[in-house]
Amino acid sequence: MFDSIQDISLYIVLAPLIGAIIAGLFGGQIGRVGAHTVAILGVAISFVLSALVFKWMVFDGMEPQNFSVYTWLVSEGIRFEIGFLIDELTAMMMVVVTFVSLMVHIYTVGYMSHDEENWPAGSKAGTNSYQRFFSYLSLFTFSMLMLVMANNFLQLFFGWEAVGLVSYLLIGFWSSRESAVFANMKAFLVNRVGDFGFLLGIAAVLMYFGTLDYASVFNAVEHHKDMTITIWPGSEWNIITVIGILLFIGAMGKSAQVPLHVWLPDSMEGPTPISALIHAATMVTAGIFMVARMSPVYELSEVALSFVLVIGAITALFMGLLGLVQHDIKRVVAYSTLSQLGYMTVALGVSAYAAGVFHLMTHAFFKALLFLAAGSVIIAMHHKQDMREMGGLRKYMPITWLTSLIGSLALIGAPGFSGFFSKDSIIEAVGHSTIPGAGFAYFAVLAGVFITALYSFRMYFLVFHGKERMDEHTRSHLHESPRVVTVPLILLAIPSVFIGWAYVGDMVFGDFFINAITVLPEHDVLSEVGFTSAFGMLLHGFVTAPFWLALAGVGVAYYLYMVRTDLPAKIVQLPVIKTLYAILQRNYGFDAFNNLVFGRGSRGLGTGLWKGGDTMLIDGLLVNGTARLVGWFSSVLRRVQSGYLYHYAFAMIIGLLVLFGLFVVA
Amino acid sequence: MNFEMPNFALAMPEMFVLGMACLILLVDLFLNERSRVVTYLLSQATLVGAFILTLSLYTPVRELTFSGTFVLDPMASVLKMAVYAVVFVMFLYTRSYLQARQMFTGEFYTLALFGVLGMMVMISAHSFLTLYLGLELLSLSMYAMVALQRDNRVASEAAMKYFLLGAMASAMLLYGMSMLYGVTGSLDLGEISRAIDEGEIERMLLVFGLVFMLVGVAFKLGAVPFHMWVPDVYHGAPTAVTQFISTAPKIAAFALLIRLLVDGLGGLQSEWHDILVLLAILSISVGNIIAIAQTNIKRMLAYSGIAHAGFLILGVLSGTAEGYAAGMFYVIVYAVMGLAGFGMVLLMSRAGFEADSLEDYKGLNQRNPWFALMVLFIMFSMAGVPPFIGFWAKLAVLQAVVASGLIWLAVLAVIFSVIGAFYYLRVIKLMYFDAPADEARIEPGRELAAVFSGNALVILAMGLFPGALMAICIQAFAL
Repeated sequence: MFDSIQDISLYIVLAPLIGAIIAGLFGGQIGRVGAHTVAILGVAISFVLSALVFKWMVFDGMEPQNFSVYTWLVSEGIRFEIGFLIDELTAMMMVVVTFVSLMVHIYTVGYMSHDEENWPAGSKAGTNSYQRFFSYLSLFTFSMLMLVMANNFLQLFFGWEAVGLVSYLLIGFWSSRESAVFANMKAFLVNRVGDFGFLLGIAAVLMYFGTLDYASVFNAVEHHKDMTITIWPGSEWNIITVIGILLFIGAMGKSAQVPLHVWLPDSMEGPTPISALIHAATMVTAGIFMVARMSPVYELSEVALSFVLVIGAITALFMGLLGLVQHDIKRVVAYSTLSQLGYMTVALGVSAYAAGVFHLMTHAFFKALLFLAAGSVIIAMHHKQDMREMGGLRKYMPITWLTSLIGSLALIGAPGFSGFFSKDSIIEAVGHSTIPGAGFAYFAVLAGVFITALYSFRMYFLVFHGKERMDEHTRSHLHESPRVVTVPLILLAIPSVFIGWAYVGDMVFGDFFINAITVLPEHDVLSEVGFTSAFGMLLHGFVTAPFWLALAGVGVAYYLYMVRTDLPAKIVQLPVIKTLYAILQRNYGFDAFNNLVFGRGSRGLGTGLWKGGDTMLIDGLLVNGTARLVGWFSSVLRRVQSGYLYHYAFAMIIGLLVLFGLFVVA
Repeated sequence: MNFEMPNFALAMPEMFVLGMACLILLVDLFLNERSRVVTYLLSQATLVGAFILTLSLYTPVRELTFSGTFVLDPMASVLKMAVYAVVFVMFLYTRSYLQARQMFTGEFYTLALFGVLGMMVMISAHSFLTLYLGLELLSLSMYAMVALQRDNRVASEAAMKYFLLGAMASAMLLYGMSMLYGVTGSLDLGEISRAIDEGEIERMLLVFGLVFMLVGVAFKLGAVPFHMWVPDVYHGAPTAVTQFISTAPKIAAFALLIRLLVDGLGGLQSEWHDILVLLAILSISVGNIIAIAQTNIKRMLAYSGIAHAGFLILGVLSGTAEGYAAGMFYVIVYAVMGLAGFGMVLLMSRAGFEADSLEDYKGLNQRNPWFALMVLFIMFSMAGVPPFIGFWAKLAVLQAVVASGLIWLAVLAVIFSVIGAFYYLRVIKLMYFDAPADEARIEPGRELAAVFSGNALVILAMGLFPGALMAICIQAFAL
């Protein structure tokens, strides 16, 4: 039964790619319906087969599969291959990616149905934009699957860059909008910084291990744990630490960890389905997945783990705070995503990889749900995104309202919802960890619970309850979104509620990931936490700090945005709060700093090198200077060609004499 | 002195060409203007016949006849066949040009055929006497051809300069030969070689003769500083004649260089090596640099030819069979490219109008994209850009130079080639990026267009498959 796993893996990857090619290159011929049909079909095939692989893996006891499909090239004994590693981690990721992708594909049919209105009249760039969008979506699915199914670093890097490229294309999908173009360039450039570290990490792996194959690297990692590298004279670094930190820098870019997070809020310029699929559910979790996949490496370096932990904790706390001051509905969800990615990173830092990956999965469902619900609201509001102009949408959009509520409850970790199981596992694990930085991280994740509840329900109340603040024209057109939009919402709401119940016991506290994730006994915080069943955890959940903190958050939100709606404006005017608010409004000054130092700085450096180095030195002095010299020399020499016969004869005689003098007399 | 019956068979092609040239001379007398085409056809037939004869005589050994004054070896056969082919194509190119200028006369063809005969004698010469005989026959034919339009002031001036300077060069060559005859006591190249190897002759006297002879050879090749005639003659002569004197005679001059320096004065290699280095550097540098300042395409091609002569010398100076083969490869390639280069001038010119100014190439792409592409091939090839044949020619020569240990010389040659690339690329720039001064489409005759396209495509095809010609050249020196 499992013999066909190799073929099936290939179909899983290629089906979306073929869909992308057909929808992208022949979009004009096959039309809108043709394009979304092939794209959805490709992803649906991929999802069904992924689910099959998951079933084999989890229920039928298939061994992890590691095989190569194609050898790209062999150079000096190093093989560059395309290959797949299918284990529980991969299987889970495949199902999550293809499921969310399928939902988003379907949803897009509704969301993009009037896309021509998003382009300036007569814009050539808008031709076949609908088909192009589907092509990109499918291409993304292909790239993400290549990333998660890779069995070597090269393919990982391919997938890593490919999802980055598609993300770039999709953030700037409405290329006639200046802000979109700015945002996609920003995303690309910031990711370049991370990718630089990532590439250095891969290079370090290649240099010290001599192979790019995961299995070989993981087998050899034990022998390399005491090797050191001198980065600058007088500093010896453990090679595993260096590799771990470099690879994590890549993850920081892709998974938007401080300080490389600045691109993610701006990425909301892209269409909402993209925000759900790429910038919430899947691509941004690639960094989390990668670190979990590299657990055999990270386990051997406490320094690297500590680094991961602290970065994650900072992101979890401080990015959540930013969510409090946003007015754009998508931006609230975006900062929430940043904060949740911080939670996952914290889990990785305390070696609770399983909890991190579990949170990745639950988050993928409920965050995609929240984004798509936000998109549904945006459709109803005629593409207005400011929450100050919403309110009371509950009665107009019941399905969107209900699913949003489910998503929000899952996000804040209300007991019983999927987010509760994953987030509480993380918090408990951090509480049991002794790794340097765990104390700070524990505080950050606990405070984060309150903040999460506060901003989530702030949004919920502002959008669905209270006064209807929109203008009369918008109100008159308010109605529930079409079924292509609501059905994905419902389908995503189901796992948002139940997936935690179903899998927390196996995935987090059981041995589900035993083949995929390595945890050293001294780091094994999850077994210290020691829940055995979902029910036990649920019972325990009502008496823990996070529960009360979340409840407090909801309560404060209710009070501020339902009862005393005048209060928020007053609080902001308080002396200390005012300063803090200004800092939060300015995103802690990251953007200003980046623009000033990196933006202006590198432009200044570039201009300097261009003017001084290129224009003056290379072009002016070397290139044009040489050309001028040759030209001048040429014009002098040509005068010798005077046209007079006796000059010519004289030249011959001189030539003869010179030869004579040089070779006969001497 | 015994008189033995020479082996006439070895000189069959020469005798055939001589007989045919005389025949054409006679036949032409009886032809009127309209039937002049018979002369043309007979001339082409002569070349084809000579080709077949030479091919049938091809042997991979070296045979002497006429008391050792005439040699037939693979190099001679290959070079002769190259000469026939080049002149054949030249005749194809020039017919319409000559007809348009009342130059479609028997004189052009008979003079060209006698020139071919001179080249053949030079290529097969194994004695100072035959060498000089062939050289003079060729030279006199060419002087006359340059002056074919005797009412044209520029052409007459060019012919006059050519003749006087050529006479001077011949005198020097002859003087050098007489010196060597004096010290070795023989005109036979083999005898001279043996006499030098015995080592009883005062070295200085030999070098004295060598220097004078090399001046004569350098003049024929157009190497600096004996190149002054080249631009003026190329420019002044009718383009058809320029095409002739810039291609086939270079092949003969290469043979002259090999016969004299390798067959005759191989023992003086250390001396002539240094002289050739000097000539090569001067030719490559001066040729490429002055070409940049030219506004007339014929003059530009003349200086380009001077630079190419320098490259050809580079191949020979390494003193190895590989180097000679590279030089031979280079000279044949140069002849093919030179045909195309002046063919392009022929193509652009109309009756009463010589398109020999660089300005005339402005915007050629708009006037005739196909010919612009062909010109692009030719220019790239001359500049030595892969995959065109000019690249392989330069590469082969440079490999030979590097193999002989003169890396600095190879580097210098490459630097000047890069400088030289400027004026080739300028033609391309004019064609593709400048607005045409004259919007009229260029519609050359079908025959001319076909020959030109074929020639340019051959440059590309040879560049893609350079192996065959290279193998032939290597075989020619494999003895």
